[in-house]
Amino acid sequence: MYQYDAHDQALVDQRVSEFRDQVSRRLSGALTEDQFKPLRLMNGLYLQLHAYMLRVAIPYGTLSSHQMRVLAHIARRYDRGYGHFTTRQNIQYNWIKLADAPDILADLAAEQMHAIQTSGNCIRNVTSDPWAGVAADEIEDPRIAAEILRQWSTFHPEFSFLPRKFKIAITGAPTDRAAVKVHDIGLRMHRDERGAVGYEVIVGGGLGRTPIIGKTLRPFLPKEHLLSYLEAIMRVYNTHGRRDNMYKARIKILVEALGIDEFRRQVEAEWEPLRDGALRLPPETYAAITERFAPPLYEQRTGSVATLVRDPETDPALARWVQANVAPHKVPGYGIVNISLKGTGQIPGDATASQMELVAKMADLYSLGEIRVTHEQNLVLPHVRLSDLPALWRTLDAGDLATPNVGLISDIIACPGLDYCSLANARSIPLAQALSERFSDMTRAQAIGPLHINISGCINACAHHHVGHIGVLGVDRKGEELYQITLGGRSDEAAALGRIVGPAVPAHQAIEMIAGFVDTYLAIRHPGELFIDTVERLGTAPFKETLHAAA
Amino acid sequence: MPLLENGHHVADRWTALPDAEPVPDDGPVLVSLDRLKAEADTLWTRSAPIGVRLPNDVPVSALVAAVGGALDRLSLIVLSFPAFKDGRAYTQARQLRDTHGYQGSLRATGDVLRDQLYFMARCGIDAVEIDSTDPEGDWQASVTTFGAVYQPASDDRTPISVQRLAALGRKGVAA
Repeated sequence: MYQYDAHDQALVDQRVSEFRDQVSRRLSGALTEDQFKPLRLMNGLYLQLHAYMLRVAIPYGTLSSHQMRVLAHIARRYDRGYGHFTTRQNIQYNWIKLADAPDILADLAAEQMHAIQTSGNCIRNVTSDPWAGVAADEIEDPRIAAEILRQWSTFHPEFSFLPRKFKIAITGAPTDRAAVKVHDIGLRMHRDERGAVGYEVIVGGGLGRTPIIGKTLRPFLPKEHLLSYLEAIMRVYNTHGRRDNMYKARIKILVEALGIDEFRRQVEAEWEPLRDGALRLPPETYAAITERFAPPLYEQRTGSVATLVRDPETDPALARWVQANVAPHKVPGYGIVNISLKGTGQIPGDATASQMELVAKMADLYSLGEIRVTHEQNLVLPHVRLSDLPALWRTLDAGDLATPNVGLISDIIACPGLDYCSLANARSIPLAQALSERFSDMTRAQAIGPLHINISGCINACAHHHVGHIGVLGVDRKGEELYQITLGGRSDEAAALGRIVGPAVPAHQAIEMIAGFVDTYLAIRHPGELFIDTVERLGTAPFKETLHAAA
Repeated sequence: MPLLENGHHVADRWTALPDAEPVPDDGPVLVSLDRLKAEADTLWTRSAPIGVRLPNDVPVSALVAAVGGALDRLSLIVLSFPAFKDGRAYTQARQLRDTHGYQGSLRATGDVLRDQLYFMARCGIDAVEIDSTDPEGDWQASVTTFGAVYQPASDDRTPISVQRLAALGRKGVAA
């Protein structure tokens, strides 16, 4: 993974000093809360319902075992012993004191971490495929470009006061595990007819109150032009994005208002003087960044995940976990181990300090010291020898971290909701917990197959409910918490928005509705057909019938 | 309001002229863009410097057109930050400096806070009006916050990526 050099380290250290000074000016009253707010937001510090919330950046979801131990230490020392992994591959702490924030940032900086631009109207943490660098279907490791983007966007002088926040995602594989079509800018790596690698540039995707699937701005952008082209996009957005209404300020609204063709024309006009300037990325620059990602040292081994699952000697419980949670690795004899943070009744994405330390230890023993965070709020050990799987599984199981449900119905994505968030209209966590209890039978969950449920506590859609196979949106109707359900959303390469089925209902009815949808699917699916494919084939009509039957 | 030019607290030698007031014969005057357009012929006959206020919702191209493509006829362009959150003028500054090669003074006015000076300086803004008891100290503290920069901008700082390539003995990107 990426190792800081002296330049990177100096910048995060200087950032800590700057923020320490800003906090002291706030505490002394020299800065008003209004003036301090954009400064603290650019350091990931929000004022929430009960306390300050600190969001720590985990660039493109990659971290070392040492960094995970720092995250555990922060949870213990400054919070209440746990943290919450987010849908943007970051971690949040919910019970932070303002006066502690500079010390926390200093502890992070000591292990090459920061909270820079994890909030505020700037370019946020660039997200990517959690299996980057190890996925069997990958063209190139997208983290090289993601790190180049991180550096370009860090303290960017022109784009630190944008109309609204700005999110970039990048995938290096044809199977999109980074949801690039629902980001402000999505980058999809592919090859042109001559075999050169470049990016499809997708713009104006997003969820929130105006969900839109992104549009192709440029089908193929050569790698050398990545930064100049993105700078041109940002320049058009900074100039013309709306500033009169924060709900209409995202780039997707501008792209819709101008139309993609006019938006493209403006971007191309801005790009012309930039394209061969100082932002050009020669192969040497990619090479210099690649060098800082020390490549993992794999052993010569054989075997695949599939063989292990089929082996009659394998413990059935282990086989079930391997089948659900271990993915094929590009190197023979290795597997990608996904650790579910969605145990039955657990808060999705939450991990205790002890669990973080256990994962760090497992990473050292079995995954070359490396860990990933997924946008599904799970963790990944990316480089595990297949022969180590039984021992790893036993240890994880003892730490309540071996729930065999990754990608299955109880692997629910949920935002913090009304339990923590000042924006929420309804609670997300209790509904997620109740659903995970309802679908706690893992044998049945595997029979149901891949199915994503996403629960957001308000229309800001932090849990991406529009692109959940089953999406749940919490709403407030005269003080009552109700839940609106959608079907057929997806965030992969065939990204689509879910369609509303039925009226918003109280939590207990929402659970019955979802259970009914699952029964309907099991009754009408073709052999081997996934839930999302059944919805795509038949639409929502058969599911609406379930509703009527239940009414 | 204190005026800083290149970090130094100076007296403002410019006369900010309301549109209704007659143009004095001598001395640097600062006019609105509308007036510059309307009275270009008489304004350019003056021997003293001319400056213009550029609202942040007017495209830089409109100003370039108003001066017939010759931005060097202007000695001062005043940019507007109506609220510190409103960052449109950062892009105007970079377009003026980088795309159009403007060499005169770029001054930030409005809701200018100490913590923004770093960004402004990097976008080519060399003068600011700032409400502060220690404007020079604020400027110095802000522009020196970070010892190095990741990205090229409108100042003369060498990005880290170029420094790295130079250190590796390879060809730099900013040739």
